[in-house]
Amino acid sequence: MTDFPIPAIPEHALPFWEAAEKSQLRYMACNSCAHSFLPARTECPNCLAADLEWRMASGKAQLISWVIYHRAFHPAFADRLPYTVALVQLEEGPRMISNIVEPDPDTALTINLPLFVRFQDMGNLRIPVFSRQPKL
Amino acid sequence: MRGRTVIAGIGHTAFGALSGRSATSLIVEATRNALADANVDKTMVDALLVKPSTSAPQLMTGQIVAEALGLQPKLGMSWDQGGAAVIGMISYASLAIEARLCDIVVICFADNPRTGSSEVYRSSTGTDGLFGYVGVPAAYAMIARRHMEQYGTTPRQLGAVPIAARRHGAANPSAQLRKPLSMADYLNEPYIVDPFRRSDCALVSDGGAAIVLMSAERAMQLAVRAPVPILGFGLGQSSWDVRLRQDLTTTCATVSATTAFSAAGLAPEDIDVAQLYDCFSIVPIMTLEDYGFCKKGQGGAFVEEGRIEIDGDLPMNTAGGLLSETGMPGMQLVLEGVRQVRGNANLQARKANTCIVSSQGGIMQTHGTLIIGG
Ligand SMILES: [Zn+2]
Repeated sequence: MTDFPIPAIPEHALPFWEAAEKSQLRYMACNSCAHSFLPARTECPNCLAADLEWRMASGKAQLISWVIYHRAFHPAFADRLPYTVALVQLEEGPRMISNIVEPDPDTALTINLPLFVRFQDMGNLRIPVFSRQPKL
Repeated sequence: MRGRTVIAGIGHTAFGALSGRSATSLIVEATRNALADANVDKTMVDALLVKPSTSAPQLMTGQIVAEALGLQPKLGMSWDQGGAAVIGMISYASLAIEARLCDIVVICFADNPRTGSSEVYRSSTGTDGLFGYVGVPAAYAMIARRHMEQYGTTPRQLGAVPIAARRHGAANPSAQLRKPLSMADYLNEPYIVDPFRRSDCALVSDGGAAIVLMSAERAMQLAVRAPVPILGFGLGQSSWDVRLRQDLTTTCATVSATTAFSAAGLAPEDIDVAQLYDCFSIVPIMTLEDYGFCKKGQGGAFVEEGRIEIDGDLPMNTAGGLLSETGMPGMQLVLEGVRQVRGNANLQARKANTCIVSSQGGIMQTHGTLIIGG
């Protein structure tokens, strides 16, 4: 299997991946206007302030939309086909791209479906993914 | 603004796989054809607006093209807005002509992703690739899924868009993909990125196109054969990436169309023919809604039962669009709009006094609307 090249992660986004390494999901919050967002930025896109902090997410989310890959756009994903990429909204507001994983990954998805974060190892990174089942 | 500038000439190259041709070479050929169509000598051109190549963008594109054309324009621009650049450049050129900053404008584009590199369409942003979120089709598929879930848009309704495009393209000798598509063929295609099948996705094409713009007054002085008046234009930018858009199913096309209709003094019911950017089947469905041809969520029903085919209520993409004529990002739609209004299209609509053209770029971040007509 070809590995997907791990992209360079900018310094201001490192805390997200360091938290994921510990199976924690974090998002950015602005202390100036209370806007919560992902992906990480150096300034708040709502009020432009740089007074930002990382907060812990509950891990609860809802499904905004999803697609199912039946063709690998990169050889690294050929042996995962078909797989689901989802757009999810965290309970705290920020949105992120992720995957829907077991159980039953490909059927009966619907928008607004409640989802719960899980963590999966991907090369030498741990990535946040989502499941319909709360962690047992 | 209404009718004070005109499209005086149009030109294009062959579309498809044009091995060994550079984007610059294709631009020169398309421009030569557009100048001949306008009956304008190159030495009269004093403004040059270029949409840079998507597959291999270069710094100073405008100067590279100006040199190849042997032009020393007063006004030059290389405009980076994805597909929306086409109508953006027509809009700014019209304003510059009206302000007498320039006299005769050439607007051009060429690219060769088919025989060159199409890597740009298979890339990913930031850490998205870790989730397998790779390639342009998935981002549009994310929008399509939301539209289907939110409004009940069906696979058959998505399919109606490429079916119409392929019927029209089959009649177009310049079209890259001239094989008609039936609903059964469409529904039998495997998914690439569900909900999209192959025929929901734009072609990847080599080719070039060019447009000559001038004032209506100048076109009369020069006895231009078939000037097509620009009645209105509008622009808009959603900016947010797909994931951050509060409503995935509405775009800045609403803003763009409101400006264009208001400038033209027209409403959707006054439009005879539409050329709507169709890089993916969901895009013209949403554009029809955002332009006010139907209510939000009813774009799927609007395109069904042949209503957007040449003999339908609103003939759309009558040369085949990005799904059949060429995957070129948008200039071909302006060219076909001009042919319809002139009355010399391959598949001529019964009535084509007015034509609306859309262009859009990125993953629906940028939009432009153009209304032309007699
Ligand atoms: Zn803020």
